[in-house]
Amino acid sequence: MKIKSTEEFKALQTQISNSRDPEKPCITVCAGTGCIAYGADKLVDKFKAEIEEAGLQEKIDIRSTGCHGFCEQGPVVVIHPKKIFYRRVGLDDAAEVIQKTVLNGEVLDRLLYADPISGEKITYEDDVPFYKKQMRLVFGMNGNIDPTSLEDYLAIGGYGALAKALDGMKPEGVIEEVKKANLRGRGGGGFPAGWKWDSTRNAEGTPKYVICNADEGDPGAYMDRSLLEGNPHSVLEGMIIGAYAIGSNQGYIYVRNEYPLAVKNVSIAIEKGRDLGLLGDNILGSGFSFDITIIRGGGAFVCGESSALFASIEGRVGEPRAKYIHGTDKGLYDKPTNLNNVETWANVPLIINKGADWYQSIGTENSKGTKIFSLVGKINNTGLVEIPMGMTLREVIEDIGGGILKGRKFKAVQTGGPSGGCIPEEFLDMKIDFDELTEIGSMMGSGGMIVMDDRTCMVDVARYFLKFLEGESCGKCVPCREGVRRMREILDDICEGRGREGDVELLESMSQGVIDGALCALGSTASNPVMSTIKYFRNEYDAHIRDKKCPAGVCKELIRYTIDAEKCTGCRACARVCPAECISGEKKQPHVIDQERCVKCGSCLDTCKFDAVLVE
Amino acid sequence: MSRGGLGMNEANSVEKIEIEVKNIVEKYNSNKSFLVPILQDVQSKLNYLPKEALDALSFHLSIPVSRIYEVATFYKAFSLEPRGRHQLSLCMGTACYVRGAALIESNIERVLGIKAGETTPDLEFSFETVNCLGACALGPILVVDGEYHGQMNVSKTNKLFKKLGKDVETDED
Repeated sequence: MKIKSTEEFKALQTQISNSRDPEKPCITVCAGTGCIAYGADKLVDKFKAEIEEAGLQEKIDIRSTGCHGFCEQGPVVVIHPKKIFYRRVGLDDAAEVIQKTVLNGEVLDRLLYADPISGEKITYEDDVPFYKKQMRLVFGMNGNIDPTSLEDYLAIGGYGALAKALDGMKPEGVIEEVKKANLRGRGGGGFPAGWKWDSTRNAEGTPKYVICNADEGDPGAYMDRSLLEGNPHSVLEGMIIGAYAIGSNQGYIYVRNEYPLAVKNVSIAIEKGRDLGLLGDNILGSGFSFDITIIRGGGAFVCGESSALFASIEGRVGEPRAKYIHGTDKGLYDKPTNLNNVETWANVPLIINKGADWYQSIGTENSKGTKIFSLVGKINNTGLVEIPMGMTLREVIEDIGGGILKGRKFKAVQTGGPSGGCIPEEFLDMKIDFDELTEIGSMMGSGGMIVMDDRTCMVDVARYFLKFLEGESCGKCVPCREGVRRMREILDDICEGRGREGDVELLESMSQGVIDGALCALGSTASNPVMSTIKYFRNEYDAHIRDKKCPAGVCKELIRYTIDAEKCTGCRACARVCPAECISGEKKQPHVIDQERCVKCGSCLDTCKFDAVLVE
Repeated sequence: MSRGGLGMNEANSVEKIEIEVKNIVEKYNSNKSFLVPILQDVQSKLNYLPKEALDALSFHLSIPVSRIYEVATFYKAFSLEPRGRHQLSLCMGTACYVRGAALIESNIERVLGIKAGETTPDLEFSFETVNCLGACALGPILVVDGEYHGQMNVSKTNKLFKKLGKDVETDED
C-alpha cells in the first residue's frame, strides 16, 4: 500500500500508535552484533517457544531490538513497561523470566546488574549508572523497536519529521533550520552540515546526489554500525529530508561489507519504505521523488575519505584526489554531491521534529547536540554511550564506563581513530567538544574512545596506528606512502631495542613533512598518534631507547616473563599451556621459565590464577 | 559463511566460471560502475577470484583486464588465491589490540605455519587479520567460519584449533 498524502500518513501513524497498549508486557532482547555473539538470537527463539507453549501470545509481546549499547553485559533483556533490566540472560532463564517476572512481577536477583563499585543490585534500566548519565536522543530508540519493522518505527513517531518537512517547509527552510541548529558532521571533521547542504543545493549541475557514509573504518569505533543495524529508518528519514532540502533524487549508502547485519537491515528498511511510498516516486504525494541504492565497500579504510568514496562508487580504485574543488560542486560522477555520515543523518529528524532552538540548547557554544562514542579498551563497561557535548572525559570514563578493568591505573584515552591522539590523565576534566579535543592534539573523529591502562605501551600504540595506516595508504602520494612506512620502521626499531638517540627528533620532523605534503586527510593526520604520544609520554620513548626497557611490559624484545616462587603453587597450569614447553618444575613446587626457549606468547600470564607470572 | 567443499581449483571449471560471471554481470545490467559489488558476488560464488573470472569480466563489462586487476588488488576484500576450507579472521581493531590480539596472531601463525593473509598448502585454513569488526566488548575477537568467538586468548585459540582437527596442546590435556 502506498500512502498518497501527508494527511493519510498522519492518520496511519495515529492508528498505529492507538493500537499499541503501552502497559502491555513486552520482553525486548538486544539483537545487536555483540549480544548475538553471546547467543541473543537463540534466546529470542527460546522466549517465543516458551510464550507459545504457555499460550501467552495475546498477553506478552516479544521483540528483538537494535543495540542497547551495554555490550559488555550481553545478552541484554529489558522487560517493559517497567523496564526491568536483566543482563547475561541464558536459555535456561527464559521460562522463569516469563513466569515470575512478566506474570507475577517478581524480580530475579541473579539476573540483575550489580554496580561494580558499591555492589548494589539495580532493577531498572534507567537506574543503571551506565545509562543514567547518558542522553540517548539518537541512539535510545534502538532498544524500543525491531529494526526490521517499519510499523515499530512509525509507532514511536517515525517519519513524522519527513511529513512535517514535506507538508509545510520549503527546502530552503529545512536548510535554515539545520544551519541554525549548528549540526556539525559526526564523521570526523565536524564541518557544519547545513552549510554543506546549502553549497550542494546552490551548486550548478544536475543530477545532485546525497550519500550516507557508513564506511566506518576507525578501529575501535562501531556506533554507525549499531545505528544502521538498530534503527535504519532514522538514517533513511534523515537522508530523505536532506535530499528534499538539497534537491536530489538519488542517494547512496556506502556501507562496509564487514557489517552484514547492517546491510541486511538497511536493505529491508529501504524495501519497506518503498512499499509505503516513503521512498520512490512522488513521496507522500508531495511531487518530490527520491530513492536510495546500497553500495557495499571493498574493505579499504581510505574510502571513508569523500573523494575516494566517490571513486569507489564509480567502480574505480579508492584513491583520493586533491580537493581544490569540493565534492559539493563536483563529487560523484562530477556532479554536486552531499556526503554526511550515518550519525549526522540520524540527527536530522530530531532537529526538524523538535526545532533548532531546542537542539541549540544542548551542548557547548560551538558543538551542539549529543555525540555517540564507542567506549572500549581497558574499561569495565564497554559499550556505546551517547552524551551531550560538553561532558568531561572523566565523567564518561569513571561514571559511565565504571573505571578501568581489573582496577588498574588509567594511562590514556585515545580518540579520533588513527587520525586522533592519546590524551593523558591531566586532561580528563576537559569538556568533550570538537574544538577542545583538537586543541590538545587529538580530535573528535567518528567517536572511538579507547581507554588504556598502565599495561598499554604508548610507543607500541603509536606503532600500531602507523602500521594500520601504512597498510591502508592508497599509495598515490609519496609523503604518505613512504613517510608513514619509514616512521613505522623507526618505531619498530625503538620497540625492538634498536632505538637510537635522536630517533624521537627524527620522528617529529618526519611527522611535519607528512602533515605538509600528504594529499588527503589520511596522510595529513597520520602523525597525530606519534606526535601526541611523544608530547605526553616522552618518558616511555626514552625508556625504550636509553634503558632498552618497556615500562608497560608489552614490547616482546624488551621484556621477560618470570615466575614468582613465593606465589607459585605448582599447579602446572602454565606448563600445560606453554607452546614452547619451556616451563618446568615438580608438582606443588615453584616452576621456572627457561628464558632461552621462551617465545613470550603470554599464555602463562593468561592462565595463572595466582598472579605468580611476572613481566619485567 | 560456510563455503562447503568449495575452494578446490577443480570445483571451478572454466565453463562454470564463464556462466557464473555472465549471470552476475547481467544482474547488474552490465553496468561498469558496479565493478566492486560484481567482484564481491563473483568471489562469494567462486570462493576467490580466479584469473579466468577476471578475463571473463573484462570481456562482459568491456573493461581492460588491467583495470579489473587494479581494483581486485586494491581492495582488501578480494583474494586472487584460493581460500581455505576454514576461514579465520582475527580482529586487530584498537580495542582488541590493547587487550592482546597480537599475542593471538603470533600463536595462530605459529600453529598454522603461515603468515596472516595466507592459506595453508593443504587448503584447510586461511588466516587473515581484519581492522575492526565493531564488536569491541568481545575483544579480542576471532571469527571462525562466520562464528564470533569473544574474549579470546592463546589457550582458548588452541582449544578451537583442536576442535577443527589441528594437533595442538591445550590445558585440558
